[in-house]
Amino acid sequence: MNSFYEFFSFADPNIRFVVIGAMLLTASSAIVGSFTFLNKKSLIGDAIAHAVLPGICLGFILSGTKNPVFLIGGAFLTGWISLMAVDFITTRTRIKEDSAIGLILSVFFGIGIFMLTIIQKSGNAAQSGLDNFLFGKAAALVGGDLYVFGSVAILLLVGVYLLFKEFTLLAFDKNFALSLGLPVKKIELVLTSLIVLAVVIGIQAVGVVLMAAILITPAAAARFWTDNIKRMILLASIFGALSGVAGAYISFTAPAMPTGPWIVIVISTIAMISFFFAPSRGVVSRLIRQSAIRKTINDENVLKTLYQLGEDNKDFLVKRHPLEILRRRKMPPKRLNKILNRLQQQGYLERSDAFSELTEEGKTRARRVVKIHRLWELYLTTKLNIAPDHVHDDADTIEHLLTPELEAELERVLDFPKVDPHKSEIPYDDLRNEERNTKYEV
Amino acid sequence: MIMDNEKKIRPALEVHDLTVAFDRKPVLWNIDLAIPQGKLVGIIGPNGAGKSTLIKSVMGLLPLSSGYIKLFDRNLNDVRNRISYVPQRESVDWDFPASVLDVVLMGRYGKLGLFKRPRKADRDVAMDCLRKMGLESFMNRQISQLSGGQQQRTFLARALAQQADLYFMDEPFAGVDAATEKTIIQLLRDMTNANKTVVVVHHDLQSVTEYFDWVIMLNTRLIAYGPTEATFTQENLQEAYGGKLTLLSDVGDLIRRERFPNREQPSKQQMP
Repeated sequence: MNSFYEFFSFADPNIRFVVIGAMLLTASSAIVGSFTFLNKKSLIGDAIAHAVLPGICLGFILSGTKNPVFLIGGAFLTGWISLMAVDFITTRTRIKEDSAIGLILSVFFGIGIFMLTIIQKSGNAAQSGLDNFLFGKAAALVGGDLYVFGSVAILLLVGVYLLFKEFTLLAFDKNFALSLGLPVKKIELVLTSLIVLAVVIGIQAVGVVLMAAILITPAAAARFWTDNIKRMILLASIFGALSGVAGAYISFTAPAMPTGPWIVIVISTIAMISFFFAPSRGVVSRLIRQSAIRKTINDENVLKTLYQLGEDNKDFLVKRHPLEILRRRKMPPKRLNKILNRLQQQGYLERSDAFSELTEEGKTRARRVVKIHRLWELYLTTKLNIAPDHVHDDADTIEHLLTPELEAELERVLDFPKVDPHKSEIPYDDLRNEERNTKYEV
Repeated sequence: MIMDNEKKIRPALEVHDLTVAFDRKPVLWNIDLAIPQGKLVGIIGPNGAGKSTLIKSVMGLLPLSSGYIKLFDRNLNDVRNRISYVPQRESVDWDFPASVLDVVLMGRYGKLGLFKRPRKADRDVAMDCLRKMGLESFMNRQISQLSGGQQQRTFLARALAQQADLYFMDEPFAGVDAATEKTIIQLLRDMTNANKTVVVVHHDLQSVTEYFDWVIMLNTRLIAYGPTEATFTQENLQEAYGGKLTLLSDVGDLIRRERFPNREQPSKQQMP
């Protein structure tokens, strides 16, 4: 707990550096990655991430130091070569993109590991720490390195800011962008360069192996929360930054631990939470909506049954025993009791002892359900030529679903009919009745 | 006045000896045609006849194996701002995080140029186009929540926002209900009355004579083009829809199998 306080008070300037650095790297990667996600090119990010390893080794071999400028330069180079190789394979051969990505990813990563091993065996003292690029080490972000990585991160943000409109259009409708005469090839080139750069700087915190997670997962998680692209990208950057802080904290408390796996676990947890709990798109909210719908259907069915019981002698406001309802509509008595309680709470029923009676509001709602049911049966038989014995089940669903606008449309299309295909009367509320009567008088 | 006359005489679209191939197999063979300005033109032909390919080639979205295309007697790149393209509705993923207004504003991007954000004036134009398509109450709705007809109208509103003189529309009536189709055709009529030219890929043969001033009838090769009453004849329909020309198709397959070039010399006008 002590280290927790020490870390999050940010008193130590080193900690401040590492935290800001890690946040900047992960957030900017998440922002650029949002466009790979929207372009449905998520795997490309993975290919680049693995392909930068030989470049890093190359940069080290050529310069003999871990100077980030050389490492970034080398990584950028092989990252780009891998992309061109994927592009070449997909356009010039019959191999499809996913296979090409698989091929290139493994070849480049294999070469990278090969070079890394040679460097480690070479006895060069400067090489220690190079393997941090495999799984990331946020704590290594200090001093001069931070300025280099930080400037690249800011370059990414500026790039996305300037070309936001173009990147968005290309992701949505590339053919339209081409038809406008936009320099699509050049814009794609810039976006790809930004993605390569995002990978190159992101690997400091996350490592090449897990880099794809920080490109794609924040955007995928953010998509659950919003339908607005600006908000989505903002959220993705926040999620990315949060995972970056987590990585930095781990790096601080457990220096032997690589940061990449921790960042991935944090961002994946955020994604899981989004997947389950995001409003409207999340799984839980969908289940809640489903259950609300089921309740509505159950409630309206009981109201409908009470209404139908009253139809025989045109008296709807009568005390009914649950057994009367159960005789018409089979269900577990416990469930019926629950439904009756709910309807009473909502003011559609009065209950005294075991008996239930529709209120005026309950009668209106029940009548509407019965009306829509019979109108829909009539619509299916007269307009769609469906046999009268096939329409009941369909109408049983539609009666709970129709909006007032569609209800009015249905009445209009059928011209306010009086009876359904089974000769049951179609009940209208009094206002509508008047409307109908005047209509026939004219 | 003389300028005006000249403008009228210049064809809106001129296609000369156009051949387009997919994976080397030609899907359009040697097309020659010219469309005057101010007409509502339907492109008619069976599935796989190359209708969409024709307008994609005109818009520079596909490499040409041979021939050239002139728009208002100029090259496409010189008149981009006067040309609008409406892709097929299914060509994009409607689950994209954008609102109806966002999509319509994209119609302004060509005029805006790189780096610049849409201005108030662009919003005004977009709103006006939304109103014309009866979409103003949907402007903030996410595009995946629209019906097929509303999505199509969104695309048309985006095209209107381009304020072009020549429109190419790929199946604007696909998945659209009868009422929407009427609204759209009325709008296209108004546009051609204002001397705009509208070229539409169309599927429903029933409505051809009612909708179009001119027709282009295609089946890999050009069957006929011209004013509807003279061109949309039983004879031409028979030729367009009456079975494939198997020899032509076989030769196309042969070209693909043998990896043969379409022309001994590559076309001079490639993709822009």
